[in-house]
Amino acid sequence: MVDRREWPIILVLAALALAVPLLGDTYYTKFATRVAIYGMAALSVDILLGYAGLVSFGHAAFYGVGAYATGMLINAGVASGFVVLPAAVIAAAVAALVIGALSLRTTGLYFIMITLAFAQMLYYVAQSLRAYGGTDGFALDGRVTLGGVLKPTDATSFYYLCLAFLALVLFLCARFLKAEFGVVLRGARDNAVRIEAIGFPAYRYRLVAFAISGAIAGLAGALMANLNQYVAPPGMLNWEVSGELLVMVIFGAAGTLLGPIVGAAVFLFFADILSGLTEHWMIIFGPILLLRVLFVKDGLYALLQKAMAR
Amino acid sequence: MTTPILLEQGFNGLQLGMILFLMAVGVTLVFGIMDTINLSHGSLLMFGGYFIVGAVELTGSYGLGLVLALFATALLSVIVEILVMRPLYRRGHLDQVLATFGLILFFNELAVMIWGRAPLYLSVPAFLDGPIDLFGLAYPAYRFAITAVAAAVGSGLYLLIGRTRTGMLIRAGADKRVVVEMMGVNITRLYTLIFALGSVLAGLAGIMVVPLVSVQPAMGDPILITTLVVVIIGGIGSIRGALVGGLLVGVLDTFGRILFPVYFGTGTGSALANMTIYILMAAVLLWRPRGLFPATAG
Repeated sequence: MVDRREWPIILVLAALALAVPLLGDTYYTKFATRVAIYGMAALSVDILLGYAGLVSFGHAAFYGVGAYATGMLINAGVASGFVVLPAAVIAAAVAALVIGALSLRTTGLYFIMITLAFAQMLYYVAQSLRAYGGTDGFALDGRVTLGGVLKPTDATSFYYLCLAFLALVLFLCARFLKAEFGVVLRGARDNAVRIEAIGFPAYRYRLVAFAISGAIAGLAGALMANLNQYVAPPGMLNWEVSGELLVMVIFGAAGTLLGPIVGAAVFLFFADILSGLTEHWMIIFGPILLLRVLFVKDGLYALLQKAMAR
Repeated sequence: MTTPILLEQGFNGLQLGMILFLMAVGVTLVFGIMDTINLSHGSLLMFGGYFIVGAVELTGSYGLGLVLALFATALLSVIVEILVMRPLYRRGHLDQVLATFGLILFFNELAVMIWGRAPLYLSVPAFLDGPIDLFGLAYPAYRFAITAVAAAVGSGLYLLIGRTRTGMLIRAGADKRVVVEMMGVNITRLYTLIFALGSVLAGLAGIMVVPLVSVQPAMGDPILITTLVVVIIGGIGSIRGALVGGLLVGVLDTFGRILFPVYFGTGTGSALANMTIYILMAAVLLWRPRGLFPATAG
């Protein structure tokens, strides 16, 4: 999945990411933390969109399940990250397995909308949880602890924790997609009939991909819950989150591993930094999305790739 | 639950369903014929709402304002079609999603800059203010008028598509676009016409709901999601599906909101009420993965 010519880009991006805390301003560190977390969630969407041809408009569901599981466990007194994080990931994966099993019966635009439907159902379930604040959500008692190894309480070490998780997820995705699993997935995207004919059950491969993708989104949600120390249906489970993740992926470049992360960085740059300069930042950002479609065919990251290939 | 309340809610559901039908026509036609996803359809509803408020203020008459607002919506939609949609028709669905999402952001912010964040209100036109007698039930005349207008528009649409030459081209375009083009039909103009038709219906929906809900920036976004649900339930590309889907969603959503809280308590009940249309859509898709009235696409 990784072209040899991409390594310079990867190294530069990695160096930039590692250097952020050196700016000495926690504002930038927190911003970079959000980029890493949103980037991870966007990556989970792109695994399906770019490699399996499945557009999920409901990934807020798994992101939210991860966040809620984290918040519920921490407030129940379970603070060990070695318990909380795996539990959040598993909860999201199970949710993805169930929703995926039903949704994958449909295709195309119908798939987009049925994933939205399930995510909306979970949104309203969360909203009805009175013990967890209903629409207002609830504050977490604190962040997870990771033994004596790390104290993810200060901004910098939490940022590096997120970055490490992102690197791990990227590595695993690259391996998975390069292996037979990824080949079958892309084969099913391009021609499901042929893949079935040579003996690979496309549905099952897609379902596994959907569950893996949900698990990654769940991890991102768990990290975001830790970052904000707050969980609520709006901002975690609403359809706008699913929409933003899709926008990040398409903006960055679908079907690449780093594109979604670049997309997340640009999106959050506009949402966080430009919005500090002008209240009406969307009047600039909207047309930028339009211009990207009209003039940069395959997304920002593809532009970088092409520049390197020359 | 007494019979008059159920009857009244039934009419409210019908009215919501007809508004959703007006919205769904544009989405389903643009997708069915141009194979294009337009997320910014809800913005036209919002602009319809702002235009009627402005036009009534300008002319001092609801009738004149209505004509002016519809005309303004049509003009805006033609500009959007020429500048933005035309280059998008040949692009993939994902590019269309991104571009029209950008358009939503732009339009929402434009509305904030022109009209501010606070909602604008419009009173019910004087000649429709007050109740009418509907099977012994005193029902607001304005709400009834919405249903009647939407039903008339629906019938007009049925005649337009089923009985006229333009309608024949629309149907042919949905079926075999390339052949229609090869027969020498000016497909570019046909597309502009279809886009404007759908947009004017969305604008009309916006014009009609303003006296009930007020108009504010981004008001079209949640309605767009519900519209997509309607289109999916009905089957993409099918106008009959849009009507049936709209009515199903409108009536079930309205009754869900009054009945679930009664039978399940406010907490669970209101959660279920909000979920009604999504449960309906998921159930329809699990039963018929291409909606109730799948249109033949080609």
